Amino acid sequence: MRDDVPGNTLSVSRRTLLAGIASLPVLAMMGQPLLASDYPTATVNTTGLAVTDDTVKVGILHSVTGTMAISETGSVQAEKLAIEQINAAGGVLGRKIEFIQEDGASDWPTFAEKAKKLLVQDKAAAVFGCWTSASRKAVLPVFEQYNGMLYYPTFYEGLEESPNVIYTGQEATQQILAGIDWVVKEKGAKSFYLLGSDYIWPRTSNKIARKHIEKLGLEVVGEEYYPLGHTQFNSVINKIKLRKPDVIYAIVVGGSNVAFYKQLKAAGIDLAKEKPLLLTISVTEDEILGIGGENMAGAYAMMKYFQSLDNDNNKAFVEAFKKMWGDNIVIGDVTQAAYLGPWLWKAAVEKAGSFDIDKVKAASPGIELTTAPEGYVKIHDNHHLWSKARVGRAKLDGQYEVVYETSDLMEPDPFPEGYQ
Amino acid sequence: MQSPMHSDSTFFSRQGWLSFVVLAAILLLVLPAAFDIFRLNLIGKYLTYAFVALGLVLCWGMGGILSLGQGIFFGLGGYCMAMFLKLEASTPEATKIQSTPGIPDFMDWNQLTELPVWWQPFHSFGFTLVAIIAVPALFAFVIGAAMFKRRVGGVYFAIITQAVAAIMTILIIGQQGYTGGVNGITDLRTLLGWDIRTDDAKLILYFVCAALLLGCVLLAQAINISKFGRLLVAMRDREDRVRFSGYDVSNFKIFIFCLAAAFSAIGGAMFTLQVGFMSPSFVGIVPSIEMVIFCAVGGRLSLFGAVYGALIVNAAKTSFSESFPELWLFAMGGLFIAVVMAFPNGLAGLYREHAEPWLRRLLKRSVARPAVAAAANTAN
Amino acid sequence: MIGDYTFGEFTSILAMQGFAGLILFSVFVLMALGLAIIFGQMGVINMAHGEFMILGAYVTYICSHIVTEYVPGLFPVYFFIAMALAFVAAFALGVLVEWGMIRFLYRRPLDTLLATWGLSLILQQVYRSVFGAREVGVTLPDWMMGSIALTDMIEIPINGLFVMALTLIVSFAVYFILFRSAWGKQVRAVLQNRVMAGAVGINTKRVDALTFGLGCGIAGIAGSAFTMIGSTGPTAGQLYIVDTFLVVVFGGAGSLIGTIASAFTISQAQSTMEFFMSGSMAKVLTLLTVVGILMLRPQGLFTLNIRR
Repeated sequence: MRDDVPGNTLSVSRRTLLAGIASLPVLAMMGQPLLASDYPTATVNTTGLAVTDDTVKVGILHSVTGTMAISETGSVQAEKLAIEQINAAGGVLGRKIEFIQEDGASDWPTFAEKAKKLLVQDKAAAVFGCWTSASRKAVLPVFEQYNGMLYYPTFYEGLEESPNVIYTGQEATQQILAGIDWVVKEKGAKSFYLLGSDYIWPRTSNKIARKHIEKLGLEVVGEEYYPLGHTQFNSVINKIKLRKPDVIYAIVVGGSNVAFYKQLKAAGIDLAKEKPLLLTISVTEDEILGIGGENMAGAYAMMKYFQSLDNDNNKAFVEAFKKMWGDNIVIGDVTQAAYLGPWLWKAAVEKAGSFDIDKVKAASPGIELTTAPEGYVKIHDNHHLWSKARVGRAKLDGQYEVVYETSDLMEPDPFPEGYQ
Repeated sequence: MQSPMHSDSTFFSRQGWLSFVVLAAILLLVLPAAFDIFRLNLIGKYLTYAFVALGLVLCWGMGGILSLGQGIFFGLGGYCMAMFLKLEASTPEATKIQSTPGIPDFMDWNQLTELPVWWQPFHSFGFTLVAIIAVPALFAFVIGAAMFKRRVGGVYFAIITQAVAAIMTILIIGQQGYTGGVNGITDLRTLLGWDIRTDDAKLILYFVCAALLLGCVLLAQAINISKFGRLLVAMRDREDRVRFSGYDVSNFKIFIFCLAAAFSAIGGAMFTLQVGFMSPSFVGIVPSIEMVIFCAVGGRLSLFGAVYGALIVNAAKTSFSESFPELWLFAMGGLFIAVVMAFPNGLAGLYREHAEPWLRRLLKRSVARPAVAAAANTAN
Repeated sequence: MIGDYTFGEFTSILAMQGFAGLILFSVFVLMALGLAIIFGQMGVINMAHGEFMILGAYVTYICSHIVTEYVPGLFPVYFFIAMALAFVAAFALGVLVEWGMIRFLYRRPLDTLLATWGLSLILQQVYRSVFGAREVGVTLPDWMMGSIALTDMIEIPINGLFVMALTLIVSFAVYFILFRSAWGKQVRAVLQNRVMAGAVGINTKRVDALTFGLGCGIAGIAGSAFTMIGSTGPTAGQLYIVDTFLVVVFGGAGSLIGTIASAFTISQAQSTMEFFMSGSMAKVLTLLTVVGILMLRPQGLFTLNIRR
């Protein structure tokens, strides 16, 4: 299905080469590549991590097999890209990153088992991984017990703050509040129908959304959950039609997603007419591939990153990503967040001047990244990221058009007062 | 399909004792000596599946009842243990940032302000120990009584247990305020004040698990050689004739199903202790079917085979998925098919057909050191 | 509940819910028919049924690509070609599986269950290696999307109508093949008494292979049709497996009418309950009711009077 013919490979590679060179000055702004000789292994690694004079080992821990492989593939690709770029720019403290990839196989104990292997056996200096909350909850005690560093990319429900985890995705309030304010203000939305797959993330996110909607004095006309993997949504679509909400606020995930949007379209609810308008936090560009752009066009998504973001960082990132993984690939919010992980780690290590986990932990709050594809991000004291919230409108081609972004960075607040 | 185990009226035949001693030596001496604590903890996890496989040997191999819902009982046992550990971990001091301190964190996130009534008894360790066995056994009794009394069996039983497993998963995930939902019950720390996360604790837990497993093997064997065990096999092969002889077949079936459930539950509880959490992903259809394959690979008629089957399949899964994640599913699928098509009696059958005769010849030739040769052979 | 709505709205609810139930019914029948043939007529439990459906879905996906690439003119009707090809592909694979695996296992029904589960794992990995782990989107011709508005409240989804029509056609075709054709007579003869059927000259092996193939082929058609309403990914087939088995068992093995009746009962129960409560609880209640009834009446709704 690749459409690159031999004739134009040369031009493609030349173009990407130029893009690669163009992005170099950005990297150079972060300082000259550090030399390993200035940082002797004995001083930068006092706790026996897998650091040698010229390499450092990290782990990548995602599901390559099983039901979650669908979602996690993008994150793996982003993390590998970031590692390759960091190595090309001189590595971390002058050491090349070597990664050990483990498969969580969509199975939570396997995640715990592999996390432990990475920390205990491989002595990984950092681990980039996990996707679902369940997998993170499974590995969290392992990271806390063996003192490892986890960079977790997914937007999630919050209610967690571990010194051993850097959350590079948004917690629920960061993702939801600005978007709801926006539809209320710009679209005059008065009533909402909340809908989700039945597990903790949609339930918690909907709870936050409901509180916020009710605080604004507006109405929630329905709230519903369907089991994961549910494929028949006609009944709920009928209910939606009856209640006539202004906004369908949907957090359906996985295979159910595809069924939901196809059936919505088939039932004559054309999202492009915005009557009702559909607002989601669970459909990134990745998911649209499966749903089909024609079924999704007109829906609004609340994310911090869209592939279509118009800035130089993002252009270089998208280009590099496509060069590495093929032209047909799309990049979703989580993929970008996963890409931040290795860069944030590198910055923290270099700020600390050490690979030691405790020093990296201590150095992490306040770390900034001006080269992030989403723009500027900064690590908060609670180990989440300050980032902007954006609303995108899905187009026929499966991309989002950014229609709104907050002017300021949103403060991460994993335990929001008044929303519990 | 007759099992050689029944050829002898003593508890184990000489061969049987030898196998038992070899298994005990492997579990209690060889493995702990050969592996570091990280790998040993993994093996301990595999052994918890061996409990399920053992139960399946009784109820599927001997009794002819294939349950595709053993994950339910594994899960129930595991959840009972996890509830106790979670309550212990949720002291008011440890949870003081919550709006209601003293209840498990996931309840707090779901706006529960007090501990549900049915969680209360799990403050007591004694009650928990009883519940680990009793709750799954009772549940198995209800399912079994309803089905076997009405002579539902075979394929129907398999599919209905499968549906029950699906229902359980949906319920556990849906009632997240009470069960922890899809994340399960996580972050378990201590058992009666004893930190279960340290290496020493893991070592001790491994031995507890292995000892319990050996105990279950003995119990299963006791049933095997009893009159009841023979009736079970008779029932599997010619149910009508047993019934016409005046026995109430359904009661036997219910009993053996409950026993298999209790075994699975012990496995589940040990799983929670060794892995440190419990989640609905062990309750559903996929894990339940995987557990059947552990039993089938080991040999559905052999108690020892079940243990080796669980160990070998899981070890293969770990090492395969470390190096070739993509090949793993092919290997697993191929294994299913091969076990069914080529060697329906599993590893135990292969051993009996090929290794044992060879071993006998060897034994005759060198009577001097039989145990060493046997150990070496089984270990391979 | 009713108090919130006017009478007009209430009748619309009934109409729309009834229709939603009918769509679900059609989906269930389409899913279960192939399985019912295999399970009911042959006693084989095909755990890879879902994967055969997904095979149909992937065939449709490939078709949509080839047609857009080479013969865009055919796009409005490509779906029919895709369904035919899906049937052929699933049928061929089914015959192959029967030949290579199932025919050795007829005396051991529980073992077919394990072996076909293994097959389903292998197929899933094949799909993942060939098509990637991500879900693929199947583009449909425009005329198949959207809905017909009867009143401003009642709207009928076109793909729902399509699935219903397809279900009708497939059901009648199966009825005709099994009960009105010479071959069907052979199938039923083999089911009732294999030895006697063999004795009167029926090639029982060939009948087995074709029956299994037919069941799989129908699964392929179902999978192809479900690209309109569901997802297409390597593991999507597992979403359907529990529902499908319950429908067949509830209906009573060996009875195609039973399968249809049970699909009707379950779908109506589910869609009615979904309207009054959250989807999760509706699903649990439906499954519980079905399991409960099965405990009281293990032979299912309808059954052939064969004593085993």
